[in-house]
Amino acid sequence: MNTNPSEPAQAASDTFLLRLYVAGQTPKSMAAFVNLKKICEEHLAGRYQIQVIDLLENPRLADGDQILAIPTLVRQLPEPVRKIIGDLSNTERVLIGLDLRPKK
Amino acid sequence: MAELETQLPKSPTGIQGLDEITGGGLPQGRPTLVCGGAGCGKTLLAMEFLVRGVTQFNEPGVFMAFEETAKDLTQNVASLGFDLEDLIARKKMVLDFVYIERSEIEESGEYDLEGLFIRLGHAIDSIGAKRVVLDTIESLFAGLPNPLILRAELRRLFRWLRGKGVTAIITGERGDATLTRQGLEEYVSDCVITLDHRVNDQVSSRRLRVVKYRGSTHGTNEYPFLIDEGGFSVLPITSLGLQHAVSLEHIPTGVPRLDAMLGGVGYYRGSSVLVSGTAGTGKSSLAAHFVDAACRRGERAIYFAFEESPDQITRNMRSIGIDLMSWVEQGLLRFEASRPTVSGLEMHLARMHKAVNAFKPEVVIVDPLNSFHVGSNEIAVKAILMLLVDFLKTNQITGLFTNLTSGGNESDQSDVVIASLIDTWLLVRDIELGGERNRGMYVLKSRGMAHSNQIREFLLTDHGAELRDVYVGPSGVMTGSARLVQEAQEQARKLTRQQEIEQRQLELECKRSALEAQIATMRAVFEVQEAESLRIVRQEQAQEAQLAQERVDMGISRKADATEKTPEGESK
Repeated sequence: MNTNPSEPAQAASDTFLLRLYVAGQTPKSMAAFVNLKKICEEHLAGRYQIQVIDLLENPRLADGDQILAIPTLVRQLPEPVRKIIGDLSNTERVLIGLDLRPKK
Repeated sequence: MAELETQLPKSPTGIQGLDEITGGGLPQGRPTLVCGGAGCGKTLLAMEFLVRGVTQFNEPGVFMAFEETAKDLTQNVASLGFDLEDLIARKKMVLDFVYIERSEIEESGEYDLEGLFIRLGHAIDSIGAKRVVLDTIESLFAGLPNPLILRAELRRLFRWLRGKGVTAIITGERGDATLTRQGLEEYVSDCVITLDHRVNDQVSSRRLRVVKYRGSTHGTNEYPFLIDEGGFSVLPITSLGLQHAVSLEHIPTGVPRLDAMLGGVGYYRGSSVLVSGTAGTGKSSLAAHFVDAACRRGERAIYFAFEESPDQITRNMRSIGIDLMSWVEQGLLRFEASRPTVSGLEMHLARMHKAVNAFKPEVVIVDPLNSFHVGSNEIAVKAILMLLVDFLKTNQITGLFTNLTSGGNESDQSDVVIASLIDTWLLVRDIELGGERNRGMYVLKSRGMAHSNQIREFLLTDHGAELRDVYVGPSGVMTGSARLVQEAQEQARKLTRQQEIEQRQLELECKRSALEAQIATMRAVFEVQEAESLRIVRQEQAQEAQLAQERVDMGISRKADATEKTPEGESK
């Protein structure tokens, strides 16, 4: 299993709630979404949920998660909240950010 | 600096003094960089810019904080009288705290700061903001990876801000060799202001300098500024020209004979008066007289005391018959007492500015000036005094400054430094003579009036200060009991002389009597001799007549023919 062993409470509902903040359909945003989808399918098949928030449509939402950089991926669940900025092209770093060690 | 307004549209900051230096405010619709070390007041300057924008110019503002939370900021500036919560509730201000925690952020691939743009854009649009503060945007460098991207994004941000047409302040920490740690001055090049907080001789002072202001002239000097309960104020030293209007009106000094010495009319309104003298010569008393006279006319006065407490001054002045307390109670007089060492010079000056602006007095007393001399800060003292004098003159306020000189040389070095700023200079000095000290006073200079060149003896009595003529005689200038003794001696000598004259007159009278007596005696003797002589003459005439008769008789007897011609015939 790839859930964080130090967080046993999350074991019951180990669904990953991921929020991807973008600003319009920029190449970076598109790339981020594609990359995220790929990583999730590979490592979290069936237990993830991706929410894409377009700040151009909902600028108010930028405050809540303290979004500065675009694109930003926020791991809402399991806690603690983690943020990964960039187009998620570096899979290794995304996995570290999400606390998903790649399989050996 | 009115002609500058046509050059470039400017956003007035509303901050005291800063608008004068910048010729009207910050460049409108452009970003301005405010940089300086820790604790030098960057955030406050920026915050005041926003708050005044709302309250004075009806320009809503957005404050984006990267270091302090909204709550902290609100609390911090509440002490300066800014009610941010109210402004936020009235939708005049948005306070947005941007939280960045490096440890929570992982970087994977390229990113941009569109989120920040959107956030800021949303905040600006939600209240129609005209002013924006980013404090301190350099925190981004600590919070986000990849400085290269950040730099590019910041450049884009500043461009974007210009596009938005908002007047922005971006704050930055001072760097080692650059104005800001991350070299923000490369991006924000329209207007750069540095703040500085330095300590000299254990006294801290704050300075502000406009390093650069594209498209506008500006004051280039370092200007002292201060932060107090009223916010930020900058003191423009040299922006004041020598253009103050002068008054022809005279105001009495409170000491009638002193008025007489000053052309019979007193000081000019709006002039600067220096009373200098050694310790205990009555400088404060003269000041108190002036205050008293002003209050009697119903004018307001501020007494800046740097050595005595207000209580002490009022008590002491009561002993010479001046009741300052009643003026305080009537609201005509205000005391501002503080230790000179409590803050830097410009802090004092700013405090005076504020007090004067708030109280609007006609008369200002500074007692004494030389308390400010610490070590070798004469140039600074002169600069500050010049500011003070200029400020008072511009406002047609008569300033009376006292200055303690070290004994001996009455025109002490400190006097010389400020002499050129002073219109009327009174000198009170000790005159040591005959085992006592007395006060003497004279007018060293008084511009624009025919003033007396006389030294007067200056007495402090229970009904106020009095000026007396000093004794000027062959044995020099005398005062006090020496004067009294001298006057008594003079009197005695006069009496003696009087008696001598009478004596002489008497002697002369005697001589005249003696002479007359002598003359009478001689006349008596002469009369006696005269009588004797006449008697002999008569006798001889009688004998002669008899002789002739005898001859006639004889002729008759000889029967001579011509009796009538006998003497002739005989003589032939």
